[in-house]
Amino acid sequence: MTQEAGHTHPSSRFYVVIALTLAVLTAMEVMVFYVEALAPVLVPVLLVLMSVKFALVAMFFMHLRFDNKLLTGVFVWGLFIAIGIILILMAIFGKLAG
Amino acid sequence: MGPTSTGIGNRKLGMWTFIGSECMLFGTLIATFLIYRGRNVVGPYPRELLNIPFITVTTFVLLMSSLMMVLALAAVQRDDMRGAKIWLFMTGFLGLIFLGGQVFEFNHFVHEGLPLSRNLFSSTFFVLTGTHGAHVAGGALWMGTMFTHAAQGKLDSNHSETVEIAGLYWHFVDVVWIVLFTLIYLLE
Repeated sequence: MTQEAGHTHPSSRFYVVIALTLAVLTAMEVMVFYVEALAPVLVPVLLVLMSVKFALVAMFFMHLRFDNKLLTGVFVWGLFIAIGIILILMAIFGKLAG
Repeated sequence: MGPTSTGIGNRKLGMWTFIGSECMLFGTLIATFLIYRGRNVVGPYPRELLNIPFITVTTFVLLMSSLMMVLALAAVQRDDMRGAKIWLFMTGFLGLIFLGGQVFEFNHFVHEGLPLSRNLFSSTFFVLTGTHGAHVAGGALWMGTMFTHAAQGKLDSNHSETVEIAGLYWHFVDVVWIVLFTLIYLLE
């Protein structure tokens, strides 16, 4: 970590590690998709992997981990409404019942 | 930048507010896609056309463009303008490669008999991924503009917030694709 302009910023090597982690997680997603034995747990496993990738980019590449918490609040509020829209509409149209 | 009541630059807070609103835009498009999934009455069906290995490669390209973007910001912050130019160029270039993949995919679908109005999948798929692609195109244009400014010597560490704001937009486009890749291609 280095100090610049009053904020803590990770080193370039740290960013490369995050990018490699994202690449590995993507490879895991595709692997899970092709392994038939994992079909019963496909949906939860893929949703977890997707969420981890999402969080890594938001926290480290978008610097939410190091920035003012107000910015996290602005983002999470929009995200909260978006997820609410998706779940409510899916429930209304009977897509959550399976 | 002058002092603000929040301690955050107005432009940066504005970009985050815009990103929050974009979450809602993509939320409605994703909801529409999910609601109509599996309700096609005519083919071709998604399973016949979606090319997972190809999309995995373009997804990897977009993920790496995010790395290029964050390296560009780090370079600007330490006044390494040569590095900044390289990383900004690579960010836009990888974005254009991703877009090229999307154009190839769209073209393939249309040639296989799946234009926009063919069925519920095609309508929701083209609108959702097309909206994302338009965001990538806008971002690539933005990267091109910043690269030009850097090449003209108009960009230095005093303008790091400008690069950071562009980076926030680019990373948001990346996280949206992380969601779309899983929901459209892998959970099909």
